[in-house]
Amino acid sequence: MSRTRAHPYIPNSAPRVRAEMLAAVGAATADDLYASIPERLLLGRVMTMEPALESEVELRRHLRELLDRNVSTEDRLSFLGGGCWPHYVPAVVDEIVNRGEFLTAYYGETYADHGKMQAFFESSSMIGELVECEAVSQPTYDWASAAASAISMAGRLTGRSRALLPASLCPERRSVIDGYCGARMRLDPVPYDPATGAIDLAALDALLGDDVACVYLENPGFLGTIEPDSAAICERAHAAGALAVVGVDPISLGVLEAPPRYGADIVCGELQPLGIHQHHGGGLAGFIASADEERYVGEYPTFLVGAARTERDEWGFGEVRWDRMSYVQRGDAKEYTGTTQCLWAIGVAVYLSLLGPDGMRELGMTIMQRSQYAAQRLGAIPGVRAPALTAPFFKEFVIDLNGTGRTVAEVNRSLGEAGIHGPLDLSRSHLQLGQSALCCVTEIHTQADIDRLAGALAAAVA
Amino acid sequence: MTTTTRLQPFHQASWNQPLVFEQSTPGERGFIPPASGATIEAAVGDPLAALPASLRRSLPPGLPELAQPTVLRHYLRLSQETLGQDVNIGLGLGTCTMKYSPKVNEELVRSHKVRDLHPLQDDETVQGLLEAMHRFERILCEISGLDRFTFQPGGGSQAVYANARMIAAYHAARGESHRDEIITTVFSHPCDGAGPATAGFRLITLHPGEDGLPSLEALKAAISERTAGLMITNPEDTGLFNPQIDRFTDIVHAAGGLCHYDQANANGILGVTRAREAGFDLCQFNLHKTFSSPHASMGMPVGASGVTSALAPFLPTPVVEAADGGYRLDYDRPQSIGKVRQFHGVPATVVRSFAWVLALGAEGLREVAEIAVLNNNYLAHRLDGIRGLEVSFADGNDARRLEQVRYSWRQLNADTGIGTIDLARRTVDYGVQQYFPSHEPWLVEEPMTLEPAETVSRADLDTYAEIITRVAAEAYDEPETIRTAPHSSTSHFLDAAPMDDPERWALTWRAWRRKHA
Repeated sequence: MSRTRAHPYIPNSAPRVRAEMLAAVGAATADDLYASIPERLLLGRVMTMEPALESEVELRRHLRELLDRNVSTEDRLSFLGGGCWPHYVPAVVDEIVNRGEFLTAYYGETYADHGKMQAFFESSSMIGELVECEAVSQPTYDWASAAASAISMAGRLTGRSRALLPASLCPERRSVIDGYCGARMRLDPVPYDPATGAIDLAALDALLGDDVACVYLENPGFLGTIEPDSAAICERAHAAGALAVVGVDPISLGVLEAPPRYGADIVCGELQPLGIHQHHGGGLAGFIASADEERYVGEYPTFLVGAARTERDEWGFGEVRWDRMSYVQRGDAKEYTGTTQCLWAIGVAVYLSLLGPDGMRELGMTIMQRSQYAAQRLGAIPGVRAPALTAPFFKEFVIDLNGTGRTVAEVNRSLGEAGIHGPLDLSRSHLQLGQSALCCVTEIHTQADIDRLAGALAAAVA
Repeated sequence: MTTTTRLQPFHQASWNQPLVFEQSTPGERGFIPPASGATIEAAVGDPLAALPASLRRSLPPGLPELAQPTVLRHYLRLSQETLGQDVNIGLGLGTCTMKYSPKVNEELVRSHKVRDLHPLQDDETVQGLLEAMHRFERILCEISGLDRFTFQPGGGSQAVYANARMIAAYHAARGESHRDEIITTVFSHPCDGAGPATAGFRLITLHPGEDGLPSLEALKAAISERTAGLMITNPEDTGLFNPQIDRFTDIVHAAGGLCHYDQANANGILGVTRAREAGFDLCQFNLHKTFSSPHASMGMPVGASGVTSALAPFLPTPVVEAADGGYRLDYDRPQSIGKVRQFHGVPATVVRSFAWVLALGAEGLREVAEIAVLNNNYLAHRLDGIRGLEVSFADGNDARRLEQVRYSWRQLNADTGIGTIDLARRTVDYGVQQYFPSHEPWLVEEPMTLEPAETVSRADLDTYAEIITRVAAEAYDEPETIRTAPHSSTSHFLDAAPMDDPERWALTWRAWRRKHA
């Protein structure tokens, strides 16, 4: 099946080169290369698939026309969050993460990929400053996998097998955690107060016991609220001999407290807000952090990059406690690991270097101001309650549409016609909230954008 | 016919960059967030007013303070100190299928039409993306012979884990939850053990015979009423194809188990042999390996999980369905294992790999496989005869290797005391990525695993062979040069002992300052 013309991606498909190389290895034809595969296992025909578009001109045209049918969050104003959020990505971040050297690097370590390793170390270090932890993982797949690992770590550290999670948890995250921890741990939801959105402390007390490995809480939680009793929850976990695991949206940490200061033993969260585009969810990347104690570090399933000095007193970087990883432990591993989302660690490093402490504080203030303004505007629409939960919130809040007689789906159809990706429908995932939606407002939303949403929503429910 | 190459003097970029923290100048700014404006500020008042004091930030985060050009320059320099696939003859990372990632694919996914999509947008607003996913699923079904795929797993290991979960769900649905053992081989990827272990299985690992392959007898001995399935790579890490693979799957099926084919690296067999004909029920392809999506510093991966129709009800939720002339995400799947990753994995990587396959077509994919195997055999031919170098299991098995070879420096090590880690470190001085020895455990002594994919040229292969030849000669003639390497890399020899010492390791700048200041 020798080609008459080389394929641009395959240098040695040039007919003469191919023939010379086959001769060099003693093969009469390419089929001879597969002599070790028995005939009964050979496909023996050309696969059936779409015709090739070998010219880049045709390929690009075809795919651009296909993808241009998508209606992006640039095409429409978007108030969708719920685990992946619209934030501004500084141009310098994109410049760096798109560099071919980083984009196409893989598993080079101390020497050939020194720059990548330094960027990883700096990224972990800056996350460590946000959460005030000395041990920080390389990225996990997403917040869900970070939380699942953090809960698993708590199980091993305490030798206990039950974990308590907020009942309001993101359904996607909950499903990942259930599947991941389910083989070894029991996961009990802790009810929340439907008026405030906060964890019900009496219910928590009733569920705590000497078999509880950890209490998991989030700031902000899926429904946008900040747990007002975070310190008390951590204290009660500790009193029961359990660990406190706190999940965070780290873009809030210029204004919100570092979780260890109110009692967190393990911190986890989602890095996507820190300079990573949404990518239809492909921008997610989780992290885990804790104190730098040997017993904690030994339980991390992820890559851990450490710094040291070379023989010439330069910075050098390597893998800390490589022996704990599933690459070594194989079937004895506590948890698997693999290629995750480490390019985004580099994006996070650039982002946090640009923002600095003042930028993070100013950004947090802007997000809280704008989201609170949005809640005021939407809550003023007849029949609409916003914020529907009274606990303080960061960038997302629940809008209660039950008083409008309209479903979220109907309202969002109207908003779509007005050029708006409407807020996330909660009516199927959080039944007790009825026809409610989760509205996300960030630094990208101007006052005019928020006013436009309010106008479109008012028209939709009128 | 063999090209003579001359190695050029090389030095990697070596900026000796201080850490970003060490470059901080208080008061500098790299970015100004927008202010909310007088109207909003007046309407809201103090936005932190409702927060309990215990939840307000007490100390500003200790982030560096840098102007924008300083940040750009720092990270550009770090990129220059990274030997990505774009800038080196990247064939040393065996088992990883390093290949060219076409730039047009990057241009496509950098459009806001992919980059700025929210994963829970209405299906009607992502019809282009869903169609790409659907059409690429059909392509992978043809390549594997299996019936359905999901792109949700965010990497190969996660796909193996997902498939282990589906195996568990399948047995549970049949009232056979007592099946709690998975069989794998020591030359399969470590995740074929770790993925099912995370899902709650006990692992049985088969070791190879003198031919480098697991035996049918060993498999039969491992089979019992507790067998849930087999999770295996083929060709294994040695590059040897197991010609009895369908006998293996027959035996497991006869015992009531299921068979998963780890096809992370399918580069040598595209269009040649498939999961279906070998009797597999599940498989996974790593789109960032065989299917050309960039490795992204260990990022943006997709493990595409494929199953037969019998297992399709257990696939993670949602799946893409064609309906009414369009496409939709189906969340109504009562037997599904649920989510293994939030949302839909890394859809941009599906687009990249779809574009890659479209650029090749069926015959092009077969060409990829043939040239990958040809390149590997050509490189082995060029390395043959290097003093101190052997091909693993060559004595017990004279079959051609497919896409990679696990070599051994056992003899060189015995002769010189130089080990494979030293040699790999030295290759960096010649401008190539430090090669990959082997996954653990090192059954092959002093291993080296090379995998030249289809995107390296003959001249590249000749150059690489010259580098290996040169480094091996140095081991005999000037071993100090190797022991003290690297000499022309970004940095110099690093004692790795602190990485295992809790008193000295430092995972963050905070920890470094406490332990070493």
